[in-house]
Amino acid sequence: MRWLLDLLSTSIGKKVLMALTGLFLVLFLAVHLYGNLYLYAGEEAFNHHAESISGNALIRIVEVVLFLSIIAHAVSGVQLTIRNRRARPQRYRVKRRAGFSTLASRSMIVSGSVVFIFIVIHLRNFFYEARFGRAAAGESLYRVVSETFALPGYAALYVIAMVLLGVHLAHGFLSALRTLGIEHQRYTPVLRGVGLLLAVGFAAAFASMPIVFFVRSLA
Amino acid sequence: MAGIALDGKVPAGALGEKWSRHRFDVTLVNPANKRHYSVIVVGSGLAGASAAASLAELGYEVSCFCIQDSPRRAHSIAAQGGINAAKNYPNDGDSVYRLFYDTIKGGDYRSREANVYRLAEVSNAIIDQCVAQGVPFAREYSGLLANRSFGGAQVSRTFYARGQTGQQLLLGAYSALSRQIGLGAVTMHPRHEMLELVVIDGVARGIVTRDLVTGRLHSHAADAVVLATGGYGNLYYLSTNAMASNVTATWRAHKRGALFANPCFVQIHPTCIPVSGAHQSKLTLMSESLRNDGRVWVPRTQGDTRAPAGIPEAERNYYLEERYPAFGNLVPRDVASRAAKEVCDRGYGVGATGQAVYLDLRDAIDRVGRTAVEQKYGNLFQMYEQITGEDAYQTPMRIYPAVHYTMGGLWVDYNLMSTVPGLFVLGEANFSDHGANRLGASALMQGLADGYFVLPATIGSYLAEGARAPAGTDHAAFRAAEQDAEQRSRRLLEVSGNQPVDHFHRELGRIMWDRCGMSRNADGLREAAARIPELRERFWREVNVPGSGGDLNQPLERAGRVADFLEFAEVVIQDALARNESCGSHFREEHQSEDNEALRNDADYAYVAAWEHRGVGEPAVLHREPLEFEEVHPTVRSYK
Amino acid sequence: MTLHLEIWRQPGPEAGGGFVSYEMDDAVPDMSFLELLDVLNERLERAGEEPVAFEHDCREGICGSCGFLINGRAHGPLRGVTACQLHLRHFEDGERIVLEPWRARAFPVVKDLVVDRSAFDRVIQAGGFVSVNTGSAPEANALPVPRADSDRAMDAAACIGCGACVASCKNAAAMLFAGAKVTQLALLPQGAPERRRRAAAMVEAMDAAGFGNCTNERECEGDCPKDITFANIARLNREYLAAKLTR
Ligand SMILES: Cc1cc2nc3c(=O)[nH]c(=O)nc-3n(C[C@H](O)[C@H](O)[C@H](O)COP(=O)(O)OP(=O)(O)OC[C@H]3O[C@@H](n4cnc5c(N)ncnc54)[C@H](O)[C@@H]3O)c2cc1C
Ligand code: HEM
Ligand code: FES
Repeated sequence: MRWLLDLLSTSIGKKVLMALTGLFLVLFLAVHLYGNLYLYAGEEAFNHHAESISGNALIRIVEVVLFLSIIAHAVSGVQLTIRNRRARPQRYRVKRRAGFSTLASRSMIVSGSVVFIFIVIHLRNFFYEARFGRAAAGESLYRVVSETFALPGYAALYVIAMVLLGVHLAHGFLSALRTLGIEHQRYTPVLRGVGLLLAVGFAAAFASMPIVFFVRSLA
Repeated sequence: MAGIALDGKVPAGALGEKWSRHRFDVTLVNPANKRHYSVIVVGSGLAGASAAASLAELGYEVSCFCIQDSPRRAHSIAAQGGINAAKNYPNDGDSVYRLFYDTIKGGDYRSREANVYRLAEVSNAIIDQCVAQGVPFAREYSGLLANRSFGGAQVSRTFYARGQTGQQLLLGAYSALSRQIGLGAVTMHPRHEMLELVVIDGVARGIVTRDLVTGRLHSHAADAVVLATGGYGNLYYLSTNAMASNVTATWRAHKRGALFANPCFVQIHPTCIPVSGAHQSKLTLMSESLRNDGRVWVPRTQGDTRAPAGIPEAERNYYLEERYPAFGNLVPRDVASRAAKEVCDRGYGVGATGQAVYLDLRDAIDRVGRTAVEQKYGNLFQMYEQITGEDAYQTPMRIYPAVHYTMGGLWVDYNLMSTVPGLFVLGEANFSDHGANRLGASALMQGLADGYFVLPATIGSYLAEGARAPAGTDHAAFRAAEQDAEQRSRRLLEVSGNQPVDHFHRELGRIMWDRCGMSRNADGLREAAARIPELRERFWREVNVPGSGGDLNQPLERAGRVADFLEFAEVVIQDALARNESCGSHFREEHQSEDNEALRNDADYAYVAAWEHRGVGEPAVLHREPLEFEEVHPTVRSYK
Repeated sequence: MTLHLEIWRQPGPEAGGGFVSYEMDDAVPDMSFLELLDVLNERLERAGEEPVAFEHDCREGICGSCGFLINGRAHGPLRGVTACQLHLRHFEDGERIVLEPWRARAFPVVKDLVVDRSAFDRVIQAGGFVSVNTGSAPEANALPVPRADSDRAMDAAACIGCGACVASCKNAAAMLFAGAKVTQLALLPQGAPERRRRAAAMVEAMDAAGFGNCTNERECEGDCPKDITFANIARLNREYLAAKLTR
C-alpha cells in the first residue's frame, strides 16, 4: 500500500488519480444518461427503472465508489490547481499564448467547481428524494423531476451546469488519456474527436431534460 | 627557465605499441586510495565533462567549474558536423593508421606523431562509449550506425547526429557528469570563472575562482588541476565561437609558468555567414558539407553589383574549380579560406560589404531537384534564411571565412601535463594533436579522447608518484592569488572611462584579423605588434566597467577576458613573426610559391614553438620541441 | 528602425524589480534581438549605467543560454526560433516590445532577465543518464537500433534546456523538459534497463524543485524553440506510471 500512497503524493500520481476518477465519472455519466432517458419513455417506465436500480446491491456499492471518486477528483483537482498557481508566484505582465490551449483547458477548475456545486444540489434534489425523501415515501420520482424542472431557476441551473460539464469534458477526456500516457500520432486526433463528441453529446442530452420538462410545464 | 628542455615524454617502442605499453608502465593508484586524491577540472565542455565524469568513476574526489549556468552549455554544444573514428564500418579502407596519417598530414606535419597515433587508436572506443550513453547517432535502416565523409576526407569515417553532433556528444558527457554529481562524487561549480592558477613550490595546487553571481572570490585546493577551457578564437572578436570562449584560464596559467605552444595556429573556416553590419556580435558557421554540392564563385568584373541571377555563366569565376581542378570546391579549409580572401581583396567580393563570395547550389538543384537538396541541407537553408532573410533556393548564399578553431594552446607532454607539474590541459585548450591545421570532425574526437581515455590513464602516475606536502587554501600562495584577482577586478572597475569593453575588443579583433588572420606578413605583424600595447594602454585608461564587483556583472566578466586577450595577442603575433614559413593555417605571404601556394620549411621549422612568459609587454622566450617523424615523411600538400 | 523596449530590471535575487523603458532608434532589421540588447547595453555602459543582464553564449540557437519573454511569448513570436536567432526584421517599425524574465518558483530571478535554471540540472542528476562507466561500453554496433526509434530519440534529444517550456506553461511545469530526456533514453536499448527508475527519480526531482504540473494544454510545444513535441509528456506519464506500478 505504501507505493500507492507514494504514488498519490507525487504530482503525476495525483494527476493519474484525477484521470482515473474522471474517466470513471464519464462512464457513470453514460450509465446515468441511459437511465435518465427513461424520462422520455413516460412516468411508469422511468419510475420502474428507478426502483429497479435502487434495489440493486451492486449499484449501491458502485454508488459509494462514485461518491468517493467525486470527492477524490475534486480534492486533487483543487490541490493540483493550488500547487500549479504556487509554481509561478509572480505573474507576467504580458503573456500571449502559443495557440494550443483552449478556453476549456484553461478553466477546468471553474467548470469543475460549478459542476461540483451542481452535483451537491442535484443530489439533494433527486438522490436524496429518491432514497430518503418523497420518492422513498411512495411519491412518483417522475413527479419530483417534472416539478423541479418546472421551476425556472432549477431548470436554468441544470442547463448551465450541463454546458459547463460539456466544456469540462471537451478538455478532460483527451487530457485524461494523455495523463495515463496514451498518445499516438494516428489515434490521438481520433480520440480528440471522441472526447468532443462525448462532451457535446452528454451536455446536449442531459440539458435536453430540464429544457423539455420546463417547456412542458409552460404548456 | 631559459635552458628548459621540453620533454614530450613520448614512450619508447613502435608507434602502434606506445600507448598500450605506456598504460602498463604507469604507476597505478590503489583503488582504496583514489578518494584521497582531489582533482580540479576547469571546464565542462567535451574534454572537461568527460574527464570529470571518468575521474569520479575511478574514485577521485573531483570538483568541476564552468562559466555558464549549467555544464551542458559549454561551447562544444555548438559543433555541427560530426566526430571521426577509425571504425571502418563502410569497409572503404579506413584504419587507425589511415586516420593517424590523415591527421598528421592535415596538420601539415606540425604535430607529435605519438599523440596523433594514440588519438586515432582510442577513437573507436569513444564511439562505443557515446552510443552506450544513449547518444542518438544517425543510423541506417539496418539499425547500424551511419557514416559520412567530411571535410574532403577520402573515407567515410564521420559519425554524426543530424547537424547537432556536438550537442549530442556534450549532452552524453554531461549526463555522465550529472550522474557523478548526483552520486556526490563530483562537486559542480557552475557560474564560476577561474581567475588564477595557484602554484606552490613549482607545482599546481589549486585555483582561485570568482562566483559570477555573488562576485565572491574562492580558493580551491587540489592535488592536480586540469584545464579544459576551450579555444581562444574570440581573440579576433568575431568568430564562430560562443561569446564566453576565452583565453583567461590558460593565459593566467601561462603567466604562472605554463608554456604556450603554437599560439599563431588559428583555423579560419571558409563557409560562414558574412558580417552584416557594425552591430555584428558573432559569426555563424554554415556546414562545410554544403561544399559537396555547392559551387563557389564571384563575378568576373570587379565591383559587379548585379543580382547574382543576372550574371551570365561566362561572367562567373568559379575560382576554386579553376585553380584546383582535382579538388575543386572541396579543397581544405585553409586553402578555400585564403582563396576567398584573395578574390575579395582584389575587389571581386559580393554583397553590401564586398566581403563575401557566392556559394551556389543552383546546379545541384537543377541536377537532383529541389526536394533532394532540401532533404540534405534543408535545415541549413532555413538557418541561412533566419539570419539573412534570403531564400537560398532562389539566390546563392553569400559566405565568407571566419575564425573558427585554435590549434595552439598550452604545451603538454604525452601525459597531457603542462610544463607546470600537476597542471594538465585537455581539449582545444592544449596544443597537442592538430598541428598547424585541424581536420573537420577531429576536435570532438580529441576532446573526448583526452577526457574519457587519456587523462584517466595518465593522471594516476602523477598523483601516485609525487609526494607532495599538503597545501590547503590557507596557504599564503592562495591568499596572494586571491589578492591578485581581487586587485585586477578593482582596477577594472576603477578606470571609469567612457568606452564600453566591446569597443576595445572590436578594435583588437580588427587588428588581429587584418594583420594576423588568414594571411600574414612581417610588416603587418610588426605593425600589429606595435599597436597592441597602445590599445592595451588605452583600454586601461578609457574603459568603463559599470556596477560593482559584488554581484552578477557581465561587463566586468567581459573586461577581464578582453584584458587577457590584449596581453595574449602579443605572443600570438610574436609566434607568427617567428615562424618564417607557411604551414597549415599559418600563411606567411613571404613564403609562397609562384602560384601562391604555401611553402613549408621542414628544415628549420619542424618544431613546436612553446613560449615562456616574461612579463606583460616583455617579449616571450621561445622554447622548441623538435618534431621527429619516424613513421610518415612530410610531403608537400597539393590539391591541384 | 525605431523600437520601444520595456525591460524588466531587477538588481538582484532579493531586490524588487520593475519595468524600465528604452527608446531604440538605431535598430537595424538585420540585427538579432540580442544584438539589439548589445547596442542598448553599450549605450548604457558608455553612460556608466549598469547594462541589462541577459544570458547568451552560442548565439546560434543551440546552447540554450538565451531566453526571455518577448511580448508575452518565450523567445518571441516566431515558432522554432530562439531569442538569439530572432531578427528584428520580424518586428514593425515603432513597435513596443516588453521583455520579461522566465517566471517560475523553480527559476528564481538572478538579475534583470537572468534566472537560475539549476533546477533543470538537478532533474537530470536524478536520473537523466545511462549508468555506464567509461570503458565498459560494448562495441557500438553490437546493438542495432531501429532507425525510426533512433530518429525519434534524436527528435527528443534536440532539447536545449532553455526553459521556454516552463516559462510558457501556465503551471510552470517542467514536464516537456523531463519528458524529452525520458523519451530519448526509453526509446534506445541502451537506456531501457533503467527506464523505470529514471522516470520515477526525475519526476521526484521535478516535484522537489517546485515546478508545477502538466494540464495537457500543449502550450509548451508551441513555444519550444526546438519543436519538442507534446507527445514526450504522455511518454513521461506512461513511463512513470509503469515505474510506479511495477516497482
Ligand atoms: C560552430 C562550431 C562548429 C564546430 N563543429 C565541429 C565539428 O563538427 N567537429 C569537430 O570535431 N569539431 C567541431 N568544432 C570544434 C569543437 O566544437 C571544439 O573544438 C570543442 O568542442 C572544444 O571542446 P573543449 O571541451 O575543449 O572546450 P569547450 O567546449 O569550449 O568548453 C570550455 C569549457 O571551459 C569553461 N571555461 C572556459 N574558461 C573558463 C574559466 N576561466 N573558468 C572556468 N571555466 C572556464 C567553459 O565554461 C566551458 O565549460 C566546432 C566548433 C565551432 C565553433
Ligand atoms: C461528472 C463530473 C466530472 C467529470 C466527468 C470529470 C471529468 C474529468 C476528466 C476526465 C478530467 C481529466 C483528467 C486529467 O486531465 O487527467 C478532469 C479534470 C479536472 N477536473 Fe473534473 N470531472 C468532473 C467533476 C469535477 C469536479 C466536481 C471538479 C471539482 C473541482 C473537477 C475538477 C477538475 C479539474 C481541476 C481538472 C483538471 C485537472 C488537470 O487538468 O490537471 N472535475 N475532469
Ligand atoms: S545564445 Fe545559445 S541558444 Fe541563444
